[in-house]
Amino acid sequence: MNVNVPPGSISNSPQPTEWPEGTLTRVPFWIYHSPDIYALEQQRVYEGPVWNFLCLEAEVSKPGDYRTTFLGSMPVVVARDSDDEIYAFENRCAHRGALIVLDGGGHARDFTCVYHAWNYDLKGNLKAVAFEDGVNGKGGMPKTFCRSDHGPRKLRIALFAGLVFGSLSEDVPPIEEYLGEEVATRIKRVLHKPAVVTGRFTQMLPNNWKLYYENVKDTYHASLLHTFFTTFGINRLSQKGGMVVSPSGGNHASFSFVDKSTQGNDYAAMGLRSENEDFKLKDPTLLDNADEFNDGCHMQILTVFPNFVLQQIQNSLAVRQVLPKGLGETALNWTTFGFADDTPEMKTRRLRQNNLAGPAGYVSMEDGAVGGFVQRGVAAADGERAVLEMGGSGTTNEGTRATEAAVRGFWKCYRAHMGV
Amino acid sequence: MAGITTERILALHAAYTRCIDRNELESWPDFFLDPCLYVVTSAENHRAGFEGGMIYADTRGMLTDRVMSLRDANVYEKQSYRHIVGMPYVIKNGGDEAETETPFMVMRIMHDGKTDVFATGIYLDVVHAAGGDLKFKKRVVVCDSSRIDTLLALPL
Repeated sequence: MNVNVPPGSISNSPQPTEWPEGTLTRVPFWIYHSPDIYALEQQRVYEGPVWNFLCLEAEVSKPGDYRTTFLGSMPVVVARDSDDEIYAFENRCAHRGALIVLDGGGHARDFTCVYHAWNYDLKGNLKAVAFEDGVNGKGGMPKTFCRSDHGPRKLRIALFAGLVFGSLSEDVPPIEEYLGEEVATRIKRVLHKPAVVTGRFTQMLPNNWKLYYENVKDTYHASLLHTFFTTFGINRLSQKGGMVVSPSGGNHASFSFVDKSTQGNDYAAMGLRSENEDFKLKDPTLLDNADEFNDGCHMQILTVFPNFVLQQIQNSLAVRQVLPKGLGETALNWTTFGFADDTPEMKTRRLRQNNLAGPAGYVSMEDGAVGGFVQRGVAAADGERAVLEMGGSGTTNEGTRATEAAVRGFWKCYRAHMGV
Repeated sequence: MAGITTERILALHAAYTRCIDRNELESWPDFFLDPCLYVVTSAENHRAGFEGGMIYADTRGMLTDRVMSLRDANVYEKQSYRHIVGMPYVIKNGGDEAETETPFMVMRIMHDGKTDVFATGIYLDVVHAAGGDLKFKKRVVVCDSSRIDTLLALPL
């Protein structure tokens, strides 16, 4: 194998940078713990031609509302100005670089950096510099100082179905094109009316962000690792369902329908751990599903590269934002939601079904840990690689979920951005 | 025994935390009435008036199901908790029913010995004395932080 030491890497732990020959069916393990790759991701992925999910429109619904979030590791403020438009800018004072906004969100007329009181409007424009003209005729900024030459970096904003995306790139395609037609349609299927936020949690994952992102796109693992659903016959691979992958490879949606005609014994025959006939719920109201989108699809998991997940697990709806917090740490920000016209029954249903997902979710808690199992497992395996051959080697739409097509799609998109 | 006294509330808390920390989760639902309300949420969500949580159960059956799921379905590394519970502040005591607020701290001990402060917060409880034993009619676990490390498997 061709081994190179990238510039800046620690000389006594060389990291191979050559991607294994050939297809997308091999992923080298150094990709999950190389500091050079991490730095490059900030530049080429998060600050590159991508749309980063920032927040829900519902979280900045009135002029003056703001939220703070991140574009990779770059702190960002999202605000709705008095013109009712949404703006986003780097949360970094143009003066000394301090955070302009310190809390997670709220309502404001403008923002003032606490350090030297430089003041910004809701668009991120520098509006005032304290003591700009000096004090008693002394000090102050030079006459040549022009406020409009100074300010935090501004993001381009794209709104889609109540989702706020931001980009630093001038070259990023329009949002519809970026999402791909099928993924766009499947976002609108769920977010067909304004969302109402019902809760927010952060789950800290002990692994590189890519391991979580692969996991979400990995339809193969769902019924094998998450035995809660399998046991109740909700997520058998024999159910009707499938997957779409966007042309870029970076976005996907997987979905399933209950198909009572195919309740087979495939799991029992294979003797897998997930078969457990005796497992019956004492209170099955948890699984009292309402077909709220009128299409029989009881589960849809959707991703948009590089950091967005939309979840519909029965009537449990959430968006998840995936943010890197270091080589081996990832913040998974969950925002659960419903709709303004939810009946009391639907509200209760969502409260109960939210047990299915989240940090304590019956079908998602494992995902909080399994990335860490890989991160620890590959600690000394820089020369080795993962195998992604389930369903062949392609990244195209599949009529089955027994495939790793969307995971390969992720790597196709990732490598195109990263140039690795 | 009639009436709710601080001593009885303390005994309830001691038995509850002992049950979880000794991994006797099968008995955990017995601390609740049926129906009941058990919610694990965060201070931020609680302040915002959000009813839901990371865990939400409004029947004792749902608590039993969670234990069954933890035992038979969910995958997580072996771990245990150590609860340290503070003095209950009695907000209201109606004789048969009392409303209390009690601070807690939970350390999580992983199988390899790694020990961390996993959660701190308050229990917002409604305890009921019907039938003799004190039981939780409502227990809202308000964690100070909205951040959960890795996963929340065992109940708080």
